[in-house]
Amino acid sequence: MRTAVSPLELLEPRTLPEALRMLRDRRPVTPLAGATDLYVGLNFGTLNGRRFLDLSRLEPLRAIRARGASLSIGALATYTDVIRSPLVRRRLPMLAAAAREVGGVQIQNRGTIGGNVANGSPAGDTLPVFAAAEATVVLRSAAGERRVAFAEFYTGYRKSVMRDDELIVALEVPPVPGKQWFRKVGTRLAQAISKVVIAAVRAPRSRIALGSVGPTVLRVPRTEEALAAGAPIAEARRLLQEEIRPIDDLRSTAAYRRRVAANLIARFWSETS
Amino acid sequence: MKFTLNGKKVDVKAHPMARLLDVLREECGLTGTKEGCGEGECGACTVLVDGKPVVSCLVPFAQVRGAKVRTIEGVQDPLQKAFVTEGGAQCGICTPGMIMASLHLKSDAPPEEVRAALAGNLCRCTGYTAIYRSIRKRR
Ligand SMILES: Cc1cc2nc3c(=O)[nH]c(=O)nc-3n(C[C@H](O)[C@H](O)[C@H](O)COP(=O)(O)OP(=O)(O)OC[C@H]3O[C@@H](n4cnc5c(N)ncnc54)[C@H](O)[C@@H]3O)c2cc1C
Ligand code: FES
Ligand code: FES
Repeated sequence: MRTAVSPLELLEPRTLPEALRMLRDRRPVTPLAGATDLYVGLNFGTLNGRRFLDLSRLEPLRAIRARGASLSIGALATYTDVIRSPLVRRRLPMLAAAAREVGGVQIQNRGTIGGNVANGSPAGDTLPVFAAAEATVVLRSAAGERRVAFAEFYTGYRKSVMRDDELIVALEVPPVPGKQWFRKVGTRLAQAISKVVIAAVRAPRSRIALGSVGPTVLRVPRTEEALAAGAPIAEARRLLQEEIRPIDDLRSTAAYRRRVAANLIARFWSETS
Repeated sequence: MKFTLNGKKVDVKAHPMARLLDVLREECGLTGTKEGCGEGECGACTVLVDGKPVVSCLVPFAQVRGAKVRTIEGVQDPLQKAFVTEGGAQCGICTPGMIMASLHLKSDAPPEEVRAALAGNLCRCTGYTAIYRSIRKRR
């Protein structure tokens, strides 16, 4: 471990209002949920910040429940909670599918949905699901609640509209019309960071979202429109190539990612027909 | 800070952000839990918190307040014997983690279930087959 913990401070609120007050009054302070991203930084010596806010006692933020026609997933719900939730399996099976492919069991037991969204890695596996489901990010600060459409949440590579006095409290997902589909392509079956990840909904107006092929998760509106208008899949593949912006990095090359992304939409189209 | 360790109520002083792994090894003297990668990838440091396998290198100590923690020292199970007789342990570094992650599996669990349960545990020695066999032969 490369970070000494002795200079670090942990605030341990027992209620959400208390947490939000600490977030407002004790800045800079970094929220800490399952720690599966933050503690990798701690071990690596790249952890930013000195003061942390433990969210783990905020039990109400763990709930997964129906809110009218919508599904509300508390920020502290873990991948295991999501996999086991009958409500998620019924209404948002692509999220359960994504959760099953995150890390190994140990990571699924600790990593949270709010942490995945807040962390904002372009390879975050739940991000394409929320993009394709047209979810709403529910934020809270001491000043009140703010609701942001998922499509407007990220502004760039690991950047979002979330302010430093706000927490994600839930993701709200309206009813999803059509058949849901999820695929992750990595180096191996488990514990691999995505090279390309896709979530899609087959409907008269299909929705397609991809991760790891741009600075943030991407919807591909021109490809979606072409498919809705009855274009052949070859045309959709071509448009998709224009809409995504993959890069070469440690895990893969841009050319490989383009190829895989194109193959994945073809697969989506044939498997959901 | 109070929690339950291998069935006993304990009160341990450590920094709230210390890794559970270090608290177990250094404050509690339980060195059965191993550190492999220190970044959540290898599963060598797996322990159970409230019955669920987690990687203790990524758990802030404060988050086990009031919880039940179980380490390899708190296990007495035929599975351990099976790892010995079936060659499921070679160098042994991954073994405590493998056992903690597979403790809940039944000996007749389908191979996919065993593989999924151990997807977060790496072994550089056995090639996994002997580990899967150890789980099957547990009695
Ligand atoms: C071995 C391993 C495998 C992994 N595999 C995958 C994988 O397959 N796919 C994948 O997508 N990810 C993977 N991850 C990354 C990680 O597990 C996920 O991103 C996880 O969801 C993070 O959640 P957490 O609760 O652990 O976040 P934390 O580490 O606690 O926090 C992450 C970030 O989010 C912020 N944050 C957390 N909760 C909130 C909130 N409610 N409001 C505001 N900010 C908040 C924190 O301040 C921090 O910046 C893996 C990690 C490891 C170590
Ligand atoms: S040491 Fe914790 S997972 Fe490798
Ligand atoms: S026995 Fe050596 S790593 Fe598994």
